[in-house]
Amino acid sequence: MGKTSSTSNVINIKTGLAEMLKGGVIMDVVTADQAKVAEEAGAVAVMALERVPSDIRKAGGVARMSPPELIEEIMKVSSIPVMAKCRIGHFAEAQLLQQIGVDYIDESEVLTPADEEFHINKQDFKVPFVCGAKNLGEALRRIGEGAALMRTKGEPGTGNIVEAVRHMRQINAQIKWVSNMDESELMTAARDLGAPFELLKIVREEGKLPVPNFAAGGIATPADAALCMQLGAESVFVGSGIFKSDNPEKFAKAIVKAAAHFDDPAIVLEASKELEGVAMRGTEISEIDEPMRMANRGW
Amino acid sequence: MSKKDATIGVLALQGAVELHRPHIEACGADFKAVKTQKQFEDIDAFILPGGESTTMLRLIRNFGLWDALAENFKTKPVWGICAGSILMAEKVTNPAQDSFGILPFTVERNGYGRQLESHHSDINGYKVSFIRAPIITDIGKDVEILAEHEGSPVWVQKGNKIASTFHPELTEDYPSPMHRHFIDLVRSGLSCRFPSLIYT
Repeated sequence: MGKTSSTSNVINIKTGLAEMLKGGVIMDVVTADQAKVAEEAGAVAVMALERVPSDIRKAGGVARMSPPELIEEIMKVSSIPVMAKCRIGHFAEAQLLQQIGVDYIDESEVLTPADEEFHINKQDFKVPFVCGAKNLGEALRRIGEGAALMRTKGEPGTGNIVEAVRHMRQINAQIKWVSNMDESELMTAARDLGAPFELLKIVREEGKLPVPNFAAGGIATPADAALCMQLGAESVFVGSGIFKSDNPEKFAKAIVKAAAHFDDPAIVLEASKELEGVAMRGTEISEIDEPMRMANRGW
Repeated sequence: MSKKDATIGVLALQGAVELHRPHIEACGADFKAVKTQKQFEDIDAFILPGGESTTMLRLIRNFGLWDALAENFKTKPVWGICAGSILMAEKVTNPAQDSFGILPFTVERNGYGRQLESHHSDINGYKVSFIRAPIITDIGKDVEILAEHEGSPVWVQKGNKIASTFHPELTEDYPSPMHRHFIDLVRSGLSCRFPSLIYT
């Protein structure tokens, strides 16, 4: 069978870690204590932050990378992977995060963008990146720059799932459209989507993104997680939804349960009864002025 | 297609499940993702996949699956990969956590370090991935070492229990020799009327 390393085709080590995070929940945490609660509840990874997105909205001003000491403290108490966010285009923040040794960097629209034109060239880094996208073109641009994992943008900090659903459905619909396309139509599609042609070719052949796709932005309940997973998300990021709820421990456990058994309504119902508290309040998207919408950051 | 002679169940609570399908099917066996006690009864062997061992432990506990799995592990072949190998170990360090203790070795979680230390390597001529991988730091004398890497055992077997600290399933060259080895083992057990006499 000629299996030598020179001929074998292996998934790169950055996307390899994303494969290990499938079927799980990645939780935003702002203290070491919260990181312990998340791990105890069964999170597959934590996102180390200074403030969760809903508090970033409230605080206003410029949201930057979290202080290194905070990230290191969370890394110290966590045995699961630790992710951290840098601003869009802020490759120096990303260099710091790589230097700290985080397991994944989220080049995130939740923080105030540092560059309105260019995203980070993620190929330059050894540490893997996750990025958000609203549609197929945006996802493939980020993958072209080296992102090893994608997620929907959703509308972070709102507890409102509508934008994540929109982005998930949009990407799915565009993948189906491309999959059914004649090869001769592909270059025009690449132009219209603003997507790298070679990556679009892979999407057409395989009927899916070349890296895993998770959901993020507005997930606040076990049913939200089940919805996203049934729409094709392979894991979920939960930001404000856990530690802004009445009972973070119960919410964390329940959302983990729902993500593992997303296709079994009986178990998702069971999880929903175990919350012992109400979800974060939530925000109607139309109440947020257009310039304040995080999903519009980046391109 | 006629019914395959062996059904390999991949524990699907969390982690890298689907990637095993093409490897298993390339060996001519059936792939099945399993997450309930009832599904455990329908399979001939278990793969405990890569993922996060703490998450899997929580889910096994929360769903009351511990006893059912332990009972199945008494007789059926089991192959644990990375996180799965941690679940099989006798003792886990960094930090200490529960495990099924079905293979006599001690394993240190994230033994090589964090993601920046993740790497590819050749094991028996096949390219594999070590991802935040554990290291087997102590091993029973009666455990056969099938492969070593940087001076530590990384692929080990005792009877019908196998552990590997690396991932062959991320390599898209089907089937991996590790899948072939495991499924051959499963078949040799199935063709024997009293597998428990051989493997206990």
